Amino acid sequence: MASSLTSESKKLATWYFTFAAIIFGAQLLFGLVAAIQYVVPGFLFELLDFSIARILHINALVVWMVFAMFGSVYWLLPDETGIETVGIGIAKLLYWIFVAAIVVVILVYLFIQVGPADQTTIWFITEGREYLEAPRWADIGIVVVALGFVFNLYATGMKGNRSGIVTVLMADMLAFAGLYLAGMGYTDNISMDQYWWWWVIHLWVEATWEVFVGAIAAYGLITMIGAHRKVVEMWLWIEVAMLFGSGILGIGHHYFWIGTPEYWWEIGALFSALEPLPLVAMFIHVLYDWGKMQGEQEAKGEAKSVITNKPAFTWFVLNAFGNFLGAGIWGFFHTLPQVNLYTHGTQFTSAHGHLAFFGAYATILIGMFYLAVQGKNGIKVMHATKKSIWATSMIVGGVVGMTIALTVAGYVQVLVSRAQMGATWAGFFDGQSGMWFAQGMDWRLVMGVITFLGFLILVVDLLSIGKNAKHER
Amino acid sequence: MAKRSVWSDNRFWQRSAAWVTGFASILLIWLTFDTIPQITMGTDADLKGGVTKRVPGPTVINYKITYEMDAKRMHEIPVIGDKELFFGRDDWSEEEAGALLHLGKLGSQAKNCMDCHTLLGNGAYYAPDLTKAWLDPAWGPEGSMQAMTGKSTKEEAMAEFLQHPSTYPTHARMMPDLGITAEEAKGLVAFLKHMSSIDTNGFPRNFGRMQGAVNGK
Ligand code: HEC
Ligand code: HEM
Ligand code: HEM
Ligand SMILES: [Fe+2]
Repeated sequence: MASSLTSESKKLATWYFTFAAIIFGAQLLFGLVAAIQYVVPGFLFELLDFSIARILHINALVVWMVFAMFGSVYWLLPDETGIETVGIGIAKLLYWIFVAAIVVVILVYLFIQVGPADQTTIWFITEGREYLEAPRWADIGIVVVALGFVFNLYATGMKGNRSGIVTVLMADMLAFAGLYLAGMGYTDNISMDQYWWWWVIHLWVEATWEVFVGAIAAYGLITMIGAHRKVVEMWLWIEVAMLFGSGILGIGHHYFWIGTPEYWWEIGALFSALEPLPLVAMFIHVLYDWGKMQGEQEAKGEAKSVITNKPAFTWFVLNAFGNFLGAGIWGFFHTLPQVNLYTHGTQFTSAHGHLAFFGAYATILIGMFYLAVQGKNGIKVMHATKKSIWATSMIVGGVVGMTIALTVAGYVQVLVSRAQMGATWAGFFDGQSGMWFAQGMDWRLVMGVITFLGFLILVVDLLSIGKNAKHER
Repeated sequence: MAKRSVWSDNRFWQRSAAWVTGFASILLIWLTFDTIPQITMGTDADLKGGVTKRVPGPTVINYKITYEMDAKRMHEIPVIGDKELFFGRDDWSEEEAGALLHLGKLGSQAKNCMDCHTLLGNGAYYAPDLTKAWLDPAWGPEGSMQAMTGKSTKEEAMAEFLQHPSTYPTHARMMPDLGITAEEAKGLVAFLKHMSSIDTNGFPRNFGRMQGAVNGK
């Protein structure tokens, strides 16, 4: 495909996006395997067990998102700084190292699966800690790649024009990479283990990644609807203050029951209850700016839409909704200790996990894919195709459907397995065999299939939309 | 230039963001310094001297553990009682018990227990929570697992199950064979027993209430 990209940084971004999309597909496939196993327990038993399918599902999730995040930064850097990314040669080399490492890790998960109870397993097969199963050699590789990425960002930000967005990203990406170190150690003490494990998981998704989304949304508003930089960046700083102010201590909502002292009940409840506020602010910000820019345009007597990339902007608006719903509302549901005592570690958590990761991150990153397609094809105003609309509707409908199914299942589980039976082995299965629970699992699978079909259409659209003649070039 | 409000000044918000973030981070680090000593594992001397630790030392495997309502804290807490045999001994030394726990914790990671089960409520939701699995009525004398595995103690029954889980299915959703050796199984059982002694602020609530089997001796 002829590319109208002259920036090497943007070319590298498209590589990152391409690999991200492939791994996104793998994520969904293994999610389907795990979902089938809930319904048909014998499926691939002792071949590709639930644990392995799940590891692949959630590791692929994290990997594709990190790839797409790196890609997003390489994409916006030339626009923001006005120069080519510094050290792009190293960046390209690191990309291939990263891809190779991920492929090896996936093959080891698939074909070796488990190891003996000693350190060689931790170094070479699995660390067995949810999301951070990647063996230690890969951890080190990831740190090296992340350092290279941070170097690119800093060197470019310092040499070129350092906008507010770039400043935020510089601080944020350093914290993002640094936090990974908290998840690399080993300890015999399971409470200590989980204490540090949450530093990675929570401080990623509820602090550093959210700030990243704020920065990307700011970039999107400027590039897609021509919002005023000064206003957008002021909002961004307010969001950073609110996100970090609530999110950092909000980590307490994971320290209610892992052996940590009781004062985390109060701290976790207070700060995590504030976490939805910045998400409301981000939601208002996006919709307000859109209305404002369209209004300014119409005041000039032009009825035309201000949006220069319809499918991307659709995903950015979905991000505003999804972040607020999945993280804000579904998160708030179970964040008070009185509620969490019963919902902790149930399908309810899974319902929140799905809607939050999808709403807050998958959406905006898919939006970035569309921005890259536009840039690559030299399109001035990109319209949605029938396929874009089908893909969006099916993916969003599927994930929302899965979330509802999981919420209903979680409700049964909380009542039967937790409140009534007190979380024993027998109690667990009494909950699982409830009719509403079982049907919840069936519907999750159905909705998962719809999501996956939507994803296939999305891929076709991303590959073909650029050639469509209806765009303004 | 016209006088501008501080509220629409980017510099003001940038500084505010930096201060808020710094303040929250310092508070988190300070709380971490308070929490870490409280969740550091206790010692054998603590257990012998009756010193209560949120996370007891590995030699807790030499003692009987129950989960009882605490009137003051208004939720259940693990209570460490008299000596109890564990694989035929109640005199596991600090080194021996530590080595067993080490093997078990490593095993739990090497076999990805957390990607089917929850531990301390975190992990996957496909299989029962293991936080208090050691205290589960199914493993006790009144439960079915000892008879099913042909063993006469809880620890032996658990170890046998872990080595050949799909030989002893109780539900259509089975635990697969993970290639766990006899020695690893022993370590895993020690790990599970130790985990049941951690003070989790009353999670899980009402554990086994319907069977009424966990409270009392
Ligand atoms: C592939 C998923 C999977 C993995 C991995 C797994 N389990 Fe299980 N486990 C199950 C299932 C399913 C059951 C319920 C079996 C039944 O009821 O027949 C179970 C039951 C159990 C039980 C009995 C339930 C209870 O509450 O006492 C224990 C103990 C247990 N597993 C421990 C472990 C340990 C320790 C590991 C890691 C070494 C592990 N499991 C790894 C799926 C898994
Ligand atoms: C985009 C932001 C967010 C994402 C991606 C996210 C994702 C997740 C995920 C995946 C889990 C499960 C972790 C596990 O596997 O054990 C989880 C747990 C949790 N989340 Fe969020 N979350 C977000 C924001 C929030 C917010 C804003 C709140 C509160 C207001 C919240 C409250 C919680 C709580 C209380 C738990 C623990 C659930 C349990 O006890 O089982 N989350 N989150
Ligand atoms: C084809 C669609 C999908 C299916 C069938 C599916 C299925 C599953 C299943 C079965 C689990 C294991 C839950 C458990 O332990 O019980 C899971 C976990 C998870 N999935 Fe998905 N999934 C799909 C799509 C997604 C998407 C699009 C996202 C986010 C963008 C996502 C994020 C997650 C997360 C974060 C977890 C861990 C949840 C937790 O620990 O609480 N999944 N998924
Ligand atoms: Fe959290």
